[in-house]
Amino acid sequence: MMSGAEMVVRALTQIGVKHIFGYPGGAVLDIYDALFEAEGIEHLLVRHEQAAAHMADGYARATGEVGTVLVTSGPGATNTITGIATAYMDSIPMVILSGQVPTSVIGEDAFQECDMVGCSRPVVKHSFLVKKAEDIPATIAKAYHIAATGRPGPVVVDLPKDIVNPKEKHPYVFPDSVQMRSYNPNVKGHKGQIKKALQTLLEAKQPVLYIGGGAIAANCSDLITAFAERLNLPVTNTLMGLGAFPGTHKQCVGMLGMHGTYEANKTMHNSDVIFALGARFDDRVTNNVQKFCPNATILHVDIDPTSISKTVSAHVPIVGSVDQVLADMTEMLDASGDSTDAQALAAWWTQIEEWRGQNCLAYAKSDKVIKPQQVIESLYKATKGEAYVSSDVGQHQMFGALYYPFAKPRRWINSGGLGTMGFGFPAAMGVKVALPDSVSVCITGDGSIQMNIQELSTCMQYGIPVKIISLNNQALGMVRQWQDLIYGGRHSHSYMESLPDFVKLVEAYGHVGIRVSDPAELDEAMEKCFAMKDKLVFMDILVDQNEHVYPMQVKYGAMDDMLLSKPESK
Amino acid sequence: MRRILSVLLENEPGALSRIVGLFSQRGYNIENLTVAPTDDETLSRLTVTTTGDNRVIEQITKQVNKLVDVLKVQDITEGEHIERELMLIKVKAESSEDRIEMKGLSDIFRAQIVDVTSSTFVIQLAGTTAKLDAFIEAIRTESEILEVSRTGVTGLSRGEKSLRS
Ligand SMILES: Cc1ncc(C[n+]2csc(CCOP(=O)(O)OP(=O)(O)O)c2C)c(N)n1
Ligand SMILES: [Mg+2]
Repeated sequence: MMSGAEMVVRALTQIGVKHIFGYPGGAVLDIYDALFEAEGIEHLLVRHEQAAAHMADGYARATGEVGTVLVTSGPGATNTITGIATAYMDSIPMVILSGQVPTSVIGEDAFQECDMVGCSRPVVKHSFLVKKAEDIPATIAKAYHIAATGRPGPVVVDLPKDIVNPKEKHPYVFPDSVQMRSYNPNVKGHKGQIKKALQTLLEAKQPVLYIGGGAIAANCSDLITAFAERLNLPVTNTLMGLGAFPGTHKQCVGMLGMHGTYEANKTMHNSDVIFALGARFDDRVTNNVQKFCPNATILHVDIDPTSISKTVSAHVPIVGSVDQVLADMTEMLDASGDSTDAQALAAWWTQIEEWRGQNCLAYAKSDKVIKPQQVIESLYKATKGEAYVSSDVGQHQMFGALYYPFAKPRRWINSGGLGTMGFGFPAAMGVKVALPDSVSVCITGDGSIQMNIQELSTCMQYGIPVKIISLNNQALGMVRQWQDLIYGGRHSHSYMESLPDFVKLVEAYGHVGIRVSDPAELDEAMEKCFAMKDKLVFMDILVDQNEHVYPMQVKYGAMDDMLLSKPESK
Repeated sequence: MRRILSVLLENEPGALSRIVGLFSQRGYNIENLTVAPTDDETLSRLTVTTTGDNRVIEQITKQVNKLVDVLKVQDITEGEHIERELMLIKVKAESSEDRIEMKGLSDIFRAQIVDVTSSTFVIQLAGTTAKLDAFIEAIRTESEILEVSRTGVTGLSRGEKSLRS
């Protein structure tokens, strides 16, 4: 016999949860009390519940395991919403345990009451309001199962205070396995469709492999690489798929989409067959769908049927997990010994090399002011391309995505779908907690970092030595870029006036701050930062405020309608 | 195009709000909706009438199917099917001529007068949406309509086909 609060902790332990990111309050005090003596679970007290969700998110992205959040009712719960929505948009497995007012007063506007199931409904994969203590173990087991399987996503478990009452004991029954008649995600693709897709791909003259975050969730980078190499296919990764196919590989044409490389967007636009693996043709990739890749036959593999033919119709849809489908396809290739048309592919590669020759990521350095691109290159050198890099949202994010070629999956951690400023730093903390021996970096900007800067305190409390690389352009740079290009340079509210002295600020929290403004000192400062292995180091790097991210797709245009540099000012 | 989707889902609190929420969140139309438990009390059956082109309907079907509480979705308008809606309509019925007229009209439509006062009738009619619409038009020419309540469409596909199997 056990209390509901004890059941929560016991169930989490049984599932194998090692870390919880949370913040206490009235409705969850009983659970916190049960946690006090728990062994094998470490709880990290954050400074804001939004950050707890991002930490659990970063934790999950780096490891593939489900992240766990524990918060109180009302404001504790609502503070997690942005974090939940961020995870939902990027299909990240996470369980959020929220306290709730006692069942007897639900609906009476009790103190710190908020309908968490209702509030979170549009941004969760599923949610539960637990009404009986006996249901706690099975519900928590279901929550983790749902979060991790199929297309992963966040699941909320709302726990009213009376059901976790420490004085009332109930039998504890944890299910041997989770069975749900209404939830059985399909992972195995349809063999006939797979065969058809393969046939189409083999007949292609100008094929391209378009890889998204689903390939990372499916943990099948080796399979993808082998497949691409065997058929000599050019590969482009989405912002969410960076590292699923190595960015350092000669067949990689880089990221595609709004700020994709010239060669990636050109290759897509001119392709005759697009083989999409775990990608969802979102608007930041396709640009104007009406003009999207006019000659391409689209083969689309995704575990989520709603992602297929949502924005762009697939000619050959395959519902299934990327790894399973690709394994089946590889088997078919083994059996038949077929391959792509070598002659056609050679001509295609000649064309692609010509596009590559455009050298679209080239930029002019200066000896007076640091260029943001240069900071990322310096970071790449200092970390030998091996770091886990979390990012905030803005220009710095795009520079990170373009100038740090990720050779491995799960190394690039960013809010691709929701585009949440304030995500990067707590996500980097989550990575470091999950993988203490790794180098965990946050690329951020002067705007984004201030959206969760309070977590410097959490880092001090638990010794989480992440490295923060802040590209300080003293502006909401990405907003400013759009204003430059679309609003005639009218910088309406895109300045960050009265920025704090970041070095002093991080020092006040007990960490190390380094300011760099001289290009000549950049590499050395970067080396110094990473030499301090056990310290949180905040690099406040003053960069050129006027730099833009290029290439950039032209609004309403096709994939390959791009600006490659600042247009002449009108 | 008008479509009727039949949805089998867990009879659990919150399941309905997930479906309704999905429709509003993704900008899909709901023309009408009915829901009640089935012969198996742990399951509910929901019927929703919606509009959209094939692409939208395909997305709606897939999105509804994706909800964790949902067991099955079927577009019953894809094949032979039966659809019914129930209407209660309260009309002014004061003069004896009006009362006779409306009784006659009800008989033609196979509607039943289920409540009678000295000044009103409540008439009950079941049928397709089109039939109910036609009845409203017809009765309007005879008398004043005081209020109307319609259940929304429910339906089943004809023959052996079933959501359960
Ligand atoms: C929470 C949130 N609010 C607003 C935005 C819109 N937004 C996108 S980028 C950006 C500017 C980011 O500024 P900064 O962090 O300094 O990065 P920079 O672009 O200067 O590198 C803004 C305001 C957002 N993505 N997230
Ligand atoms: Mg900035």
